[in-house]
Amino acid sequence: MSRAGLEIKKVQPATAWASVLQIAVTEVFEMMVGTRVLPLEQSEVPVSSEVTAMVGLAGKLCGALSLRCSAHTAVQIAGRMMPDALPDNGNPSQVFDAMGEICNMVAGNFKAKIACLAEGCLLSVPTVISGGDYRTHTLVDSETVEIQVRFEGSPISVALDVQS
Amino acid sequence: MKKINVLIVDDSSVMRKIVERSLRQANLEIAEVLEAGNGAEALAVLKARPVDLILSDINMPVMDGIEFVRQFSGQSTQKIPIVMVTTEGSESRVVEALGCGARAYIRKPFTPDQIRERVAPLVEVMT
Repeated sequence: MSRAGLEIKKVQPATAWASVLQIAVTEVFEMMVGTRVLPLEQSEVPVSSEVTAMVGLAGKLCGALSLRCSAHTAVQIAGRMMPDALPDNGNPSQVFDAMGEICNMVAGNFKAKIACLAEGCLLSVPTVISGGDYRTHTLVDSETVEIQVRFEGSPISVALDVQS
Repeated sequence: MKKINVLIVDDSSVMRKIVERSLRQANLEIAEVLEAGNGAEALAVLKARPVDLILSDINMPVMDGIEFVRQFSGQSTQKIPIVMVTTEGSESRVVEALGCGARAYIRKPFTPDQIRERVAPLVEVMT
């Protein structure tokens, strides 16, 4: 991307980014959800997209970080974050709020661990999609770094899509 | 230690609850917690209610945290400590926030211990 007087050199994913993303996710869940998540090589069943939280990144890295899980898992996550405030059946707006914040923190934590991204890469406000019957299409070539973790027995997918 | 009134500014109601819980887990003596969803709401709250401590996010709609700190520091003669609590951890943003009047900066995710380390000294000075 370039504009008169402004040039931003884009950063492309490195082979270590999957490990960094894993650490970023683990830290966020331990500190803010109070739960240890375990890495999954590959989920035995496809990861549900009933709830998807996304945060855009712009600047040195252009793309999006998404976090997908089942609706039940999303309610569990929100319940752990707000044990005194969330009804057992899950207030949808608070569940989406919680998922958006988790995704936001994972993105920020990941970005902070990559030296070249700490400066010059901004995050958007989160977006949360409910309902799993969708597909995303990027209009430019992109590369994906994806990990899966197990949260209380259920799989969660965290993917970083980076525009080439 | 005197009990303090705290204003928490974040567009996420979930995060506001988490910050409040972390403050209590950090053994801070809290009388009342006020909340605002953005900087503009926070300025309106502060016109009506006195507080002893403010914790604010940066990335918020309507008015972000940096602008909120800039406007509040410019308007108010009160020396209320403002602590930024945010995912934005870049050095430039930290410098910008501190330059506008914030007294400390905590990056999300955080632990109650980190809250205590940053906030307790500011509260002890006041009380």
